[in-house]
Amino acid sequence: MWVYEKKLQYPVKVSTCNPQLAKFLVEQYGGADGELAAALRYLNQRYTIPDKVVGLLNDIGTEEFAHLEMIAAMVYKLTKDATPEQLKQAGLGDHYVNHGEALFYSNAAEVPFTATYIQAKGDPIADLYEDIAAEEKARATYQWIIDMSDDVDLNDSLRFLREREIVHSQRFREAVEILKEERDRKKVF
Amino acid sequence: MAKNQVYTKSYHPYHSPDDPCPDPGEKHYSTPPHLYMGFQPEKLPQYTPKEALQKGTLWPALYDPYEKNQKLKG
Ligand SMILES: [Fe+2]
Repeated sequence: MWVYEKKLQYPVKVSTCNPQLAKFLVEQYGGADGELAAALRYLNQRYTIPDKVVGLLNDIGTEEFAHLEMIAAMVYKLTKDATPEQLKQAGLGDHYVNHGEALFYSNAAEVPFTATYIQAKGDPIADLYEDIAAEEKARATYQWIIDMSDDVDLNDSLRFLREREIVHSQRFREAVEILKEERDRKKVF
Repeated sequence: MAKNQVYTKSYHPYHSPDDPCPDPGEKHYSTPPHLYMGFQPEKLPQYTPKEALQKGTLWPALYDPYEKNQKLKG
């Protein structure tokens, strides 16, 4: 089970009225390398990973939901006061006719989320290598969103999220090392 | 930007005299510090808790802030 804290992991502030940024941000909401994909991937893989690294997948998977919540807050703040006309200008007309003002799990090009973005191979190394790649891809996505954004406050939060991807990648790399060392240990004894 | 020189690498793609757009020069890509760390050593220097919460990591050795258009500027 989870314990919910009614606050964001990191403060989210947007300083420009620019709904187009929301269109870009949803890539990290319902995109292939987004936070939803990350959370679902890790929290599912954890059942069939060696016990030494179950906790890591559990912790990181949980944190990804906190990141998802931050992205949702950003998208909401950027779109909640926009008129349908402004949303259309921002390239969110397709989104509006399907979802109104609601958020939805899709990527920046409005392609709905699909479980085919994620994998659980049941092979610990294959799964952890996917996880490392996922973190690097999420890190890169944050880079490109920052490049597209002139919103200083938004970019501050995005820089925090990008840094978390670095830390997650580091931990997954260590998890691989832990599983490799198990084999060495057997050799020694 | 000494930090970025450490955590970015660059290359210069071939630019033909016939290419219509101006040569943008060096392309930079991120190579953040965790790529070189291996298993994180114990007792690395830490930020204060407040600083760590702001930066997204407890350890300066893992900190790599991305600047807008770093790809172009390095
Ligand atoms: Fe992550």
